[in-house]
Order: sequence, then structure tokens, then C-alpha cells
Amino acid sequence: MNVKEMYRRIDGYLDTYGREEKSLITVLQAIQEEYSYLPKEIFPYLAKEMNLHEAQIYGVATFYENFSLEAKGKYVIKVCDGTACHVRKSAPILERLRNELGLSASKITTDDLMFTVQTVACLGACGLAPAMTVNNKVYASMTPEKAMDLLKQLREEA
Amino acid sequence: MLKDYMLIDKIPVPIEGEKNILALVQKAGIDMPTFCYYSELSVYGACRMCMVEDDRGNMHAACSTPPKAGMSVVTNSARLRKYRKNILELLLANHCRDCTTCEKSENCRLKELARRFYIEDVRFPNGKTEPERDESSVCISIDHSKCILCGDCVRMCNEVQNVGAISFVGRGSKMEVGTAFKVPIANTQCVGCGQCSAVCPTGAIVVQKNVTRTWEAIYDPNTVVVAQIAPAVRTGVAKELGEENGVIAAGKIFAAMRRMGFNHVYDTTTGADLTVTEEAEEFVERLKEGGPFPMFTSCCPAWIRYAENRHPELLPNISTCRSPMQMFGSVIKEYFEHNEKTAGKRIFSVAVMPCTAKKYEAIRPEFRRPDGTDTIDAIITTQELIQMIREAGIDFKGIAPESSSMPFGGTSGAGVIFGVTGGVTEAVLRNVEPDKTYSALQQIAMSGVRGLEGVKETTYQVGDQELKIAMVSGLGNAEKLIRRVQSGEAFYHLIEVMACPRGCIAGAGQPFAHSAEKAQRAKNLYTTDNMTQIKRSEANPAIDEIYAKYIGRRAHSLLHVHYKAKKK
Repeated sequence: MNVKEMYRRIDGYLDTYGREEKSLITVLQAIQEEYSYLPKEIFPYLAKEMNLHEAQIYGVATFYENFSLEAKGKYVIKVCDGTACHVRKSAPILERLRNELGLSASKITTDDLMFTVQTVACLGACGLAPAMTVNNKVYASMTPEKAMDLLKQLREEA
Repeated sequence: MLKDYMLIDKIPVPIEGEKNILALVQKAGIDMPTFCYYSELSVYGACRMCMVEDDRGNMHAACSTPPKAGMSVVTNSARLRKYRKNILELLLANHCRDCTTCEKSENCRLKELARRFYIEDVRFPNGKTEPERDESSVCISIDHSKCILCGDCVRMCNEVQNVGAISFVGRGSKMEVGTAFKVPIANTQCVGCGQCSAVCPTGAIVVQKNVTRTWEAIYDPNTVVVAQIAPAVRTGVAKELGEENGVIAAGKIFAAMRRMGFNHVYDTTTGADLTVTEEAEEFVERLKEGGPFPMFTSCCPAWIRYAENRHPELLPNISTCRSPMQMFGSVIKEYFEHNEKTAGKRIFSVAVMPCTAKKYEAIRPEFRRPDGTDTIDAIITTQELIQMIREAGIDFKGIAPESSSMPFGGTSGAGVIFGVTGGVTEAVLRNVEPDKTYSALQQIAMSGVRGLEGVKETTYQVGDQELKIAMVSGLGNAEKLIRRVQSGEAFYHLIEVMACPRGCIAGAGQPFAHSAEKAQRAKNLYTTDNMTQIKRSEANPAIDEIYAKYIGRRAHSLLHVHYKAKKK
């Protein structure tokens, strides 16, 4: 990763959202949006630019479930486990995906950085249950088999 | 005009600008149980021990509720008692309960409150985690399993010291006090000031100990143990050892240390006199040369580390004088290694300090001697000294005071006030002021150098030059001042920096004290100054002797140091 380029982008966010303490979460969100996680290198840089302490920023980043400190895969698969999806059997889909990719609740990204499998509480697509998304594209009425086909297709694409 | 009142346990208590109910409760003579409240830190409201109940049955955290005229609260009720006991039980449920081997045992707030509220049994299974220690720092040691997440250390480190080495990390049951990316504390911006350990209510953050190494040196017949005690130490030991708070215990400490087996005991005040002499000379030189200004003092090791971490650009502004401890340490090693009485023996140099950051200073490569040994071999804090005196079973109250050893026996009043914020400045002014009369001394004392405020500014006229001086204690205060100087908003010739608020008397190596006790310690140092015949460092005959006999022309190599910016 080009660190200089990253710092240049962060400067952009700081100019947009401000360098005050209150802007921290917004800035972190923008960085995560860009890189899909919070790279380690941003911490000392943000600390300096925003006049905060590295440990403080780390505290915020580890407090919110949504921030990730680990690099995500090329394909981020989110399996919905909201009420509607859950009762329409989203759990076996998740289990099958994890088994196939050798992942678990604590290890969510494959070593080759191809796939990340996460659960989300609700995608807001209850009518399509059970639903999942791959890089924000929604797939409706999934089954474990359909998920396997999709995985195969993604692997061929890659 | 009628005053506003609040009823605390049905007693009317006047509201006189207090920010929270807790302050009023304390004014009413109630010692409220708290874990997370310190008047010097921001209000956090985490521990919920200070709850009070109003006459409608509503509960309020006294620390974070502003007082209201006419409000009536009780501090003790069936509900409050039940809640407090519950909180304590829950805290104890996942806390290590090996109090006999915990070094905080005697001063543990958790243990104290558990006893006070008579917790006989904890109904929940003990979910204590295995000790999870971070021993990477030579100054402090962290054991996460003893942490109750009150956040006192975090607020101290961030708000008061602006170091920010630690923060709350994670969330919910996984939350802990940690560093960024959970790296060992030694690899962070930690300056070793130890103020986190000073506010920690349990044994989660404690000071690293050198007691065993010191005893081993004492027991070894082939080792000559030479000790020096810092000015602030004499004000910190008395209360813990059963004396009145106001007792200045230097003589008793010398006597007790001799009994324990220290071969020679000296007073770091003599080292401070060397520092004043060298620092005043450097200051006068800079005044002649026109800079660089401001000149920062260099005696505080936590400040030096802070400057290295945060302001490497200021290193050339810091005085090249070694700290009093290091100057005196150089002289001690030089003297005893060339003394025929101690020839062939190992010299073990111990410094008794109010400070935890000194433990890091002692192992800095800058102070390694040509033969590879350190100038100071062990640092023991005031607390460790108290522990050693207790271990030796010495009746401190009954022991007759003695003087320090010779040849470096003389001290001055200027040296002894080093232990309090403003003291270094006052000592330097006494040196640079050409008028050596008593009234000039008084004038210096009244010039604004005294007082325990975090930031003091003053001007002092020497000849035709008006000196602009600032004195700060607390690194957060130092940071604010540095920003003002760097933005061009303020200019000073001299800035004295002490990392610990109020100076060394309130160092993290000292026993825990409330602000009134700290003020008493400062007063004790000024009293010692008053009682010392020699007021100025350069008038101390011991200094002349040290220069003439032991230092000679090597003053620069033995007494000065150049800190260089670390490569990142």
C-alpha cells in the first residue's frame, strides 16, 4: 500500500470533516469506506494531525464493532442474520460458507485475502430473506447450494 | 444575602461554588466511597459508589450531579447500602483476591471499601483471570487482572500528563486499559512518570521495585553501598512510619539507612547545588550569547523523555546539565573508585528518589561510564525505602537523627527546595542575583516563584536585564506553554518543567497523599531551607571541595549530557 497516497487521501478527509476531536469517527468511517478496514499506518498520522493520542484513536476503533483493524478480502460477503432471514434458515448458509472457506466467527478473512464472511443484524431486505450481499450487491432467497454456486462463480471471476 | 443550601442527611450545607454534590457531601463530613473520583481529573461517574438518594427516592451519582439549592439527599439508606455492597461484590467476583502477596494490599482502595462495607462473602463464582502482566517498563508494571476499569490512570495519562500512552481498548466484557495495538507499555510514548500508579486504586499499576537488588548489595561484604536521598524524600516518609505529617525526616532517614547497612549516606541536595552552579553558569552564558531561548531545565527525567518523544526540536533548548542525581552519582563513583579505603571493592550507588522515571534515567546509555557500568546502580523510591525500613524492623519514631556522611556533607537551602515546583528557578535566581543580602533572598521568594499552581509566570530584574521566567508542573501544562512559545505568543528566558503536578514532592514514588498533605510537604521543604544556614548553592563549601578535589577540569564530561533526538 502506498502510504504517501494514503496520507494524501486522509488529508482530504480531514479538510472536509475537520481536525477536531469530534470529527474522529467520521474520518475513520471515510478511511474504512476507502480501504474496507483501518490500516495500522493511519493511527500515528491521525494522532499527529488531529492532536489526539494513538491509544485514544485505537480505543475508539476497538469500541465500535463496525471498525475493522484487519484487511478484508476482495469479496466481502455479508450474510444477514436478522429475524426474518434467521427464521428462513440463514444459519446453514453461513455455516456452509465458513466450512467451505475455512473461516469462523473469529477468523473472518481467508489467508489469500479473497473472501471475508461476516454476519449482519439486518440488511433491510427482509422480503428477500434469506439474503446476503457480496460487495454490497444483494442476493435474494439464498440456500447453502446457491451460496456455493455463487462462490464458484466469484472464484472463476477472480 | 441568603446563601443557597442543600440538605445532606438532613443537615443544611451551604453551596459555595461546588461543582458537584460529592464536594458538598465531603464538606458535611462524610467520607464518600469512590473509586473513580479525583478532584484533579475530569468527572467520569463510572464506579457508582457515590450514589445518593433524594427525597423522592431517585438515585444520583454525587460526583456527576451539580448541587441544587433546596435539594435534599441522604448518603446512607437501605437501598444505597445494598447497591454499594452489590457493586463491591461484583467487582470482587472477577478480581484476584490474593491480598497477602499483593503489594498494594495496605493501600488498596478495593480492599479498604470491601472491609468498610463488610463484604463477608461473594455470592458469585470467582471469575478472576490469570495474571496478565506487562513488565516491559523499568518504571511501572501493569497487571490487567487486577484492573477495575475505573479509568483513573487513563484520565491522568491523557488529561493531566498529555502522554496518552494508555486508553480504554475494546468493549463490554472484553474492555481493558491498554496501549494502541496492545504493544508493551515500554514501546509507547510512556514517559515513566508513574502518575497512573499513583491514582490506581488497586494493584493493577504499580511501581517496579529494586529492593531485592539493594538488599543483595548490602549483604555482600565486597560491596560498598553508597546512597543518596533526594530532597522530596524527607517529606514523604514520616506519616507512613508513624510520625506526624509535618516531620522533616532527613536525619532519621540517614540513621535508619546506616542501621540497615548502607555504608555511606549522602543528600542529593549536594547534587542539586552542583546542578544550580552549572545551570546558572549555562544560563548566564546564554544571556551573554543571546540564546537559545527559552532554556528548559533538565532535572526531570520524565520531562526529558516527553521532549524526546514529542518535541525533539526543543532538545537544543534543554539545559545540558545532568540531573542532581546523575551529577552527584558521577562524583560518588569517581570518589570511591579512587579512594584507597574502598580500593578493590565494588561500589554500588543507590539513589532514593520520589520518582519512578528516575529508574529509566538510571539505565540510559548517556550515563554509562567508560567501564560499562551505570552511574547509578539502583533507584529505590520513597515507598521502597519505607518498605525496607519496615522490613528491617527499625523503630523509626524512636530512632535518633544523624547527619549525612562526609566528605560531601554540606547542603544549601537552594538545593533542598528543588523538590517543589519553582524551586529550581528560585535556586538559580539566588545564584544569578548579584545582591547576596537577606532582603534580596526575600525578594526572590516573593517574586512569584513559590506556590503549587500548575503554571507560574514571573519576571525578575537582574542588573539591566529583565528575565522572563515560567515554571510549569504537569506535562499537560508544559505542552500548553510550549505551544504558546512556539506560536510566538509568549517568550521566556527560562522555563522550569516538572512532570508531576506540584513537583517531586508529589512524585509517583512517594506514598499516596491528598492535596493538603502535598502542600504540607512543600512547606516542609521551605522550612528546611529556612533552617539551613547556607542559602545559596555556590556558597556551599562542599561544592568548592568537589570541584577542587574530585572534578577538576572534567566538569563538562562528568556533569553534562547532550540528549539527541532518537531516530524513528
